[in-house]
Amino acid sequence: MELKTIQTARVPVRYFEGGSGKPLVFLHGAGGILPSDQFLDKLAKKYHVYAPLVPGYGDSQEYPALRDMLDFTLHTLDVVEALGLKDPILTGHSMGGMIAAEMAAVAHNDFTRLGLIGSAGLWLDDHPIADLFAMLPYEMPPYLFHDVEMGTKLLTSGLALDDPEWLKVFLVINARQMGTAGKLLFPVPDRGLADRLYRIKAKTLVVWGASDKLIPPVYGETFKKAIKGAQLTVIPKAGHMITLEQPDELVSALGYLG
Amino acid sequence: MKFTWFNLMPWPYLPDDFREKHRSVWVDIDSRLFDAEKSHEVYNTYMDLLEYAGTLGFDGIGVNEHHQNGYGIMPSPNIIAAGLARRTKDVALIVLGNSIALYNPPVRVAEEFAMLDCISGGRLVAGFPVGTSMDTNYCYGQIPALTREKYQEAHDLIIKAWREPDPFAWNGRYNKLRHVNIWPRPVQKPNPPIHIPGGGSVETYDFCIDNTYSYSYLSFSGYIRGKALMQGYWDRVAARNAPDTSPYRAGFAQTICVADTDAEAERLYSEHVSYFYNRCLHVYAGFADAPGYRTIKTIQTGALSQYAPPIDGYANLTWKDLTDGGHIIAGSPETVRQRMEELIKGLRVGNIFCLMHVGNMPKEKAMYSTQLFAEKVMPKLRHLYPEFADDGRFWCKPMKAQVKPGSLPRAEDAARLARAPSGAQTSKSMA
Repeated sequence: MELKTIQTARVPVRYFEGGSGKPLVFLHGAGGILPSDQFLDKLAKKYHVYAPLVPGYGDSQEYPALRDMLDFTLHTLDVVEALGLKDPILTGHSMGGMIAAEMAAVAHNDFTRLGLIGSAGLWLDDHPIADLFAMLPYEMPPYLFHDVEMGTKLLTSGLALDDPEWLKVFLVINARQMGTAGKLLFPVPDRGLADRLYRIKAKTLVVWGASDKLIPPVYGETFKKAIKGAQLTVIPKAGHMITLEQPDELVSALGYLG
Repeated sequence: MKFTWFNLMPWPYLPDDFREKHRSVWVDIDSRLFDAEKSHEVYNTYMDLLEYAGTLGFDGIGVNEHHQNGYGIMPSPNIIAAGLARRTKDVALIVLGNSIALYNPPVRVAEEFAMLDCISGGRLVAGFPVGTSMDTNYCYGQIPALTREKYQEAHDLIIKAWREPDPFAWNGRYNKLRHVNIWPRPVQKPNPPIHIPGGGSVETYDFCIDNTYSYSYLSFSGYIRGKALMQGYWDRVAARNAPDTSPYRAGFAQTICVADTDAEAERLYSEHVSYFYNRCLHVYAGFADAPGYRTIKTIQTGALSQYAPPIDGYANLTWKDLTDGGHIIAGSPETVRQRMEELIKGLRVGNIFCLMHVGNMPKEKAMYSTQLFAEKVMPKLRHLYPEFADDGRFWCKPMKAQVKPGSLPRAEDAARLARAPSGAQTSKSMA
């Protein structure tokens, strides 16, 4: 994968590009794209992958004018257009799924294939989603991973919370990334998507980790019911971070979209 | 110098094993620890103490706003201030303050502060905090990265609502109002003096300097640790070419305990100080600082939330640690005077917010400590910064002639006075 920059009408956007095949757009979740993430590489063996970073993620420039759901939706539509893509396979994980679903609902004639992976955007009172914004790094793994021990290693390796310089760097990244994610997800990750899902015309695949403790699988069933003709695939031995835990299974599931 | 007697209003009945059994004093504190019937006495005692301080020569009495918080049972400081306005005279009412990003629409704050200023005869000092992350984000659900923008708009709207004599339309990002025309208007023109509590945000320094607002650091870690932060502020005052370096541009909150001797101070107050630092400040670290609440610029200056616990925790701090480290200033009147002078000169602050009711301190001890401070410490510190003694920009300007509450005529005279021909007697009774 190659990290590149594309200019929309309003802001430069960093994106990963690689592979060949049908064009596929992948929108990342609130955690961004970790360097250890093999999912994109595996995806690139089958597709021509475009994975834009939300402004503020990684080394990308922040864009304060992104405030609400419509801003993020239109921005990401701008990115797809700037990349010169027409009707790519549109996929997203968690927060990225929320944005992808909004795009497919707003621009419902522009997307014919949609993949929602452990997607945020809905809220069920009987199944409240844990508050990721009030968790310390070492508290997150049980919510994010099926294999908590592996997840803990992944999230906390290199953490040096008692080193002020390290902490400063960590807090800046966290403020940029999770601060941006908070505009869509804080304090309750619902910006009215449920009312708009009926518009989606795309062939939709909903993928969920069977052990997702952050956004439990019942949300996958809810997406499936709300989107006409959607198919739900539940992947065993995967938590919320399916992309990290079962990348091969995930790529193979996405094959449903072509 | 301006001394304000400040009460955080801690809940005094947190159990001994609070730290072990509960994860946080704030946000998700166990509601079963609150006892409404006991609070009846707690509230009234705390208000009595504020009123008492008002009789001892303190320049101000102060209240603030916290939500879902075991050390501050004052979600609405305006309610307390209204009570105090009626039962005190001359003393300034420092409401430090209303978290203006939380009010919808924020003209509510312009109205309530105007009411307080009118009821008190111009004794209000208005505080506009951004609000802690616990209050603003975790309790009141504001999106962290948008909180400052919303705060800024609320500020601009409130100031305009106070100053603009004619109805106006407000087309803000967060507030759309077609007819802004608050009624009542404040006594103090064009508006009451404004203090901004901050925690080291560079943006807040600049905001205060540019608007001639007083910057207050409401820290619990005391004047020695507060030094770097306040120096950051004064450096900024110099860098932005402020016209003067009046110490009244700054305020500082300090826990203070006075007794006859240093030993007596420890004997009388250490358990209450320990209650405060060990139970009241037991805040779950996950609530200390929502990502996006602090700006990148502020994080890069190294200012961390004071609610992020020290690495070894407060639990290990002894009375000696707390006094030596300046978390608290405690001891005989002479010890306290010396330390206070160090604080006032070292931080260059003209407004002192004296935290004198500490933790679960009973009223008698709070009164004793307060009395000693008022009689034996405060008079010896008043002379500091004489060159700025006339700087009234950061303090209230009360009306000269203030009415006395409860001055209705006697009930038995009402009928006679009511029938009297209109004139002097009638207008006097109307007053």
